[in-house]
Amino acid sequence: MGGTMQIGLGHFLTVSAILLVLGVFGIFLNRKNVIVILMSVELILLAVNLNLVAFSGALGDLTGQVFAMFVLTVAAAEAAIGLAIVVIYFRNRGSIQVEDVNLMKG
Amino acid sequence: MIVAIAFYAFALILLASAAMVVTARNPVHSVLFLILAFFNAAALFLIAGAEFLAMILVIVYVGAVAVLFLFVVMMLDVNFAELRSGYQRYMPVGAAIGGVLAIELLLVVTGWQVAPEALHLSLGAAPAAATNTAALAEVIYTKYVFLFQAAGLVLLVAMIGAIVLTLRDRKTSRHQVIRVQTERSAAATLEMVEAGIGAGIGTLGIYRPLPATADLEPADNDPHADDPHADPVDAAHGGGAHGGSGHHAPEAR
Repeated sequence: MGGTMQIGLGHFLTVSAILLVLGVFGIFLNRKNVIVILMSVELILLAVNLNLVAFSGALGDLTGQVFAMFVLTVAAAEAAIGLAIVVIYFRNRGSIQVEDVNLMKG
Repeated sequence: MIVAIAFYAFALILLASAAMVVTARNPVHSVLFLILAFFNAAALFLIAGAEFLAMILVIVYVGAVAVLFLFVVMMLDVNFAELRSGYQRYMPVGAAIGGVLAIELLLVVTGWQVAPEALHLSLGAAPAAATNTAALAEVIYTKYVFLFQAAGLVLLVAMIGAIVLTLRDRKTSRHQVIRVQTERSAAATLEMVEAGIGAGIGTLGIYRPLPATADLEPADNDPHADDPHADPVDAAHGGGAHGGSGHHAPEAR
């Protein structure tokens, strides 16, 4: 597994750290657009997967890849449910602005 | 050396496209940059030695999830320019939180070290299989088989949930009602009409458009023919029910 590691673990960790920061930054930057927020969450999960895969390769332990696969599964389910909610919300309210989501506010 | 060049190239494109995802003006461009980011992340997975996950990322993420995003972005008729209105206002707080997080992660990345006993705490050494896919399968289908089934259950719930959420009953759609169909009987829908001898269809008040030379009144093309003057034949014969109500014109007298 770890044969081609001239590129060390630190490189992968740096890339995934920057990716995670970009995802969090995207959530705050696109406060109104739910779809871009969902995409930012996908970026964050991608950073997590990159960490898991990098450690799996560096340590020669396949558990990280198994776990990354489960993260992929849950992320796909989350994207499907989230987009379905966005669609029915848009159908009911005609808007996808996060600030308009106040129907359950007391 | 080639690995290092490939790593830097893919990582650079990955981070650049991720930055474009969160800052693109058009959400369609965001989705396309997300697809590019997934492709480059798959390349990084390949460099890290996870071939199966790289292919899964391309097939599942680019093929399904990103296309789902694209569908939703293009399906919703949203004024995206309006959604960008608070962009400048949210920039400072986002930059602040992102900066704090980046500094924390920088401290982690520069200061971390592998614990010496960590290499012996391996949960499961990689099986001596020929390929990454075979090794992964040996682990998943033996040690993590229940988690694997649970993942399938998660996907099933997500699928049913998405269908239940988005399925709607259109008022204009015509459904088949099985109960009504099976409860129909011949007596309720079919009427046998006893037609008298010599009674044509004119008795029933149904006229075809005839030429003006006929001795019928030519102007009457009304299929219902409720006008009693249009009836040339004496209404001695009983009216038949031709297809519904309103055809009992001779009984008007």
